[in-house]
Amino acid sequence: MSLPKLRQYHAAVWDEPIVMEMGRAGRRGMVFPTSDAEVSAADGTLDTVIPASARRQHPPKLPELSEFEVQRHYLHLAQETLGMMGISLFGTCTMKYNPRVSELVAARPWLAELHPNQSEETLQGVLEIVHGMNQILCELSGMAQFVFQPGGGADAAYTHACITRAYHEHRGELAQRNEIITTIQAHPCNAATAAAAGFNVVTLPLEEAGYPSVAALEAALSDRTAALMVNNPDDMGIYNPNIKRWVELVHQAGGLAFYDHANFNGVMSRLRARELGFDACMFMLHKTFGAPKGGGGPAVGAYGCSEDLVAFLPRPLVRQVGGRYTIEHEAPLSVGRVREFWGNIPQVVKAYAWTRAMGSDGLRQAADISVLANNYMERRLLAIPGVSKSFPELSSPRLEMTRYSLAKVAEDTGVTVLDIQNRMVDFGVDAFWLSHEPWIVPEPFTPEAGELWSKEDIDYWIDVLATVIDEAYNDPDTVRSAPHCQAIHKVDGAGADDPQRWATTWRAYQYKHSIQVTS
Amino acid sequence: MRSSPSHGKQPTSSPRTYFELMVKAGAARPRLGIIVNPLAGIGGPAALKGSDGAATVAEARARGARPEAPLRAERTLQALAARVGPAELLAAPGAMGADLARRVGFSVKATSRSAPSETSALDTRVAATAMRDADVGLLLFAGGDGTARDIHDAIGDQLPLLGIPAGVKMHSGVFAHSPEAAARAAEAALRNGPSLPLRGADIADVDEQAARDGRVASILYGSVRVPDLPRLVLPTKAGSPAQPGAELQALCREIADTLEPSCLYLFGPGSTTAMVLAALGARGTLLGVDAVLDGQVVGKDLTESQTLALLDTHLDSRLVVGLVGGQGMLFGRGNRQLTAAVLSRVGADRITVLSAADKLLALTPPTLWVDTGDPVLDKHLSGYIRVRVGPRQQIIMTVSS
Ligand SMILES: Cc1ncc(COP(=O)(O)O)c(C=O)c1O
Repeated sequence: MSLPKLRQYHAAVWDEPIVMEMGRAGRRGMVFPTSDAEVSAADGTLDTVIPASARRQHPPKLPELSEFEVQRHYLHLAQETLGMMGISLFGTCTMKYNPRVSELVAARPWLAELHPNQSEETLQGVLEIVHGMNQILCELSGMAQFVFQPGGGADAAYTHACITRAYHEHRGELAQRNEIITTIQAHPCNAATAAAAGFNVVTLPLEEAGYPSVAALEAALSDRTAALMVNNPDDMGIYNPNIKRWVELVHQAGGLAFYDHANFNGVMSRLRARELGFDACMFMLHKTFGAPKGGGGPAVGAYGCSEDLVAFLPRPLVRQVGGRYTIEHEAPLSVGRVREFWGNIPQVVKAYAWTRAMGSDGLRQAADISVLANNYMERRLLAIPGVSKSFPELSSPRLEMTRYSLAKVAEDTGVTVLDIQNRMVDFGVDAFWLSHEPWIVPEPFTPEAGELWSKEDIDYWIDVLATVIDEAYNDPDTVRSAPHCQAIHKVDGAGADDPQRWATTWRAYQYKHSIQVTS
Repeated sequence: MRSSPSHGKQPTSSPRTYFELMVKAGAARPRLGIIVNPLAGIGGPAALKGSDGAATVAEARARGARPEAPLRAERTLQALAARVGPAELLAAPGAMGADLARRVGFSVKATSRSAPSETSALDTRVAATAMRDADVGLLLFAGGDGTARDIHDAIGDQLPLLGIPAGVKMHSGVFAHSPEAAARAAEAALRNGPSLPLRGADIADVDEQAARDGRVASILYGSVRVPDLPRLVLPTKAGSPAQPGAELQALCREIADTLEPSCLYLFGPGSTTAMVLAALGARGTLLGVDAVLDGQVVGKDLTESQTLALLDTHLDSRLVVGLVGGQGMLFGRGNRQLTAAVLSRVGADRITVLSAADKLLALTPPTLWVDTGDPVLDKHLSGYIRVRVGPRQQIIMTVSS
């Protein structure tokens, strides 16, 4: 196979300090004027406005920098990390461009400067947007009501576990119904949140068809069943065609059925969760609906449910009552809050802007393009020696992503999928996604093209992979010692597994660091 | 029976056998050979950890054990006859296969005329060598790891091999998961001839030193080729990981903390159940069956009859077992003391199965196997079961015979 010539790439290397270590005492980014005497006279001074008990004894230990220095610092970091502007086919995460116009809309003062405790009368515009997004998602899912409180997909799954608890408690069956059923290919947050809410977790393994059999589900169901929590298609791209039957069986057993719709991109406007019988579902605004992800947040797992479960939803809830929008703060059966207020509103606004711009035809087209792009990619990837796909004998096409395996490359050359991932970033593309735990497929990787990436981008990405696999056979050391063209080379990840060393805040870092020095 | 640890050695010269002469004389190449080790598995119900060596066999006989391998080989041959009719078979002489095969209706040629009344490892090796000289398409044998090692010692990987599971220890990756599955593989060998797909498999045996140190581990002795039929042939037993996962540890502790009062608990062999006993402050028998009542160990390394006697006096009983890693064997390998009689008495719904989740997920297909020697019980145990993999965590697994 002749390999195309790839672009040269090298990341900027800045050896950038941590922002907390930068600056000079007394330097300021912005200097605020003292208030006029009349204003102070009318509103009081800081001393009178903020009670003594709430006042800081010491100023916060923030780095002291000019605005320009802050900008330059973060630009350097962005340059060192590809700036999230490489070709990123990071599967299961549906990487989308976040349009600037959505950012601008969310940054407008009419939105950015609102506070959720303002009176309803002054919030009608934003409430209309929240209600509008709710209606769009109800239309796409067939559900009766959505909430935007959950701060991500896993949080929405947790919301479902809480609602399951409230629902069975209300019916007096909670003590008996203590099991939540999921599959080994469901995202682990489903099992984890079920357990966090106090349920026993019953997991179904995959069988020959690439998903668990109806018989296995029947074996798991009983009068102890509280709910089923699954995603479909799973992140191998395999759609369980028996899902309607599954939901019927769960209902017959007296359980609720929850659809984790994180993998919605390939089926947008092609199926509705409620029509499959599901009682509840969640959408990822930060994946499918074009809102940004950020590093682990901000995010929104929009959770929706059927009419029967609305009473249990978290409050507050935005409602439309006779042409006005109101906030329902409490409800007797509500599970309470999973997050503050009505959720991450800037995200909801960005998702709303994106969805309105796409329109229903646009969504359908995007879904079809994402499936087409994946199947195009699959053709080309499987032609690369050493690449195989999960459940290779299944002939039905995968949806918006496919899980592959580099087991043969590892076996032939000793080069692992992690080495290959490290080497690919040397060509200016982002690292690929491997697989959720547990790894059922050895040496896995899971690219997802979605509707964003052009054919040229997809082809380039595949060319990079083909080149690196070729290197694995002919020059394995180059792959094993990668990355070579990044700001830093191989990272020793051991610290991330060591509670003595890891630190997620500067304070924790200093604390652990000083302990290490003194002990 | 393997009498001395002569593993890995190849025979220096092949004996000139009756059959070799026959082949030289122009007889057709037989597709299937069979060797039965009539003493294999005899140590199982008697709680002996194998049947290798004359002393062990004598001890097993003294404990009232009866040979099982011939019964299992017969199940295979019956099933094969039902599928292919009266085919031609090359068999080890007398009780080592020929008698049985004739009785079932095969057209039998024996590797030698006479069979000794008391067979030994040497007889297995001589028969294997004759099979090699005859170049059979597939060598079926009924036995366990000891028999597999004897054959491997004699002929290395020169013939495709398949074990009818009949031993106490079956760590090697050459065994069908049941006698009937062995028949299906043999049928494939007969029908496909030289085009039978093959793959590599390990010859392994229990690591006695590791067992004394409280670990379940195998020693690898070599590799052979087996029919490439994943639903029929079990892979090599995977060793238990050096460090059990936190989930499994927590589960074992939870089980120890929640034993029902005045219920007799039987704990099967293996490192997982040993963790439960450790949580009770007891030292379990790694390769044996122990009994616990109200937190006290009331029986160690029990034989079938000792277990039945305990069950006679304790009507309320439960059985807790682990799995044989890599093979997914629930009953019939490494826990032959848990005989059909014991299992029927405890009752299928009173059996708790424990495993690390990754041990289950490594199984392809995701199936657990039972091979109790009693086809009716095997059927009864088949279906779906819940395997406990952590506190409040279960995985649904298929059980098949
Ligand atoms: C199928 C599925 N469900 C749930 C989640 C969890 O979503 P989040 O990361 O927003 O918590 C993911 C994330 O990858 C997912 O792929």
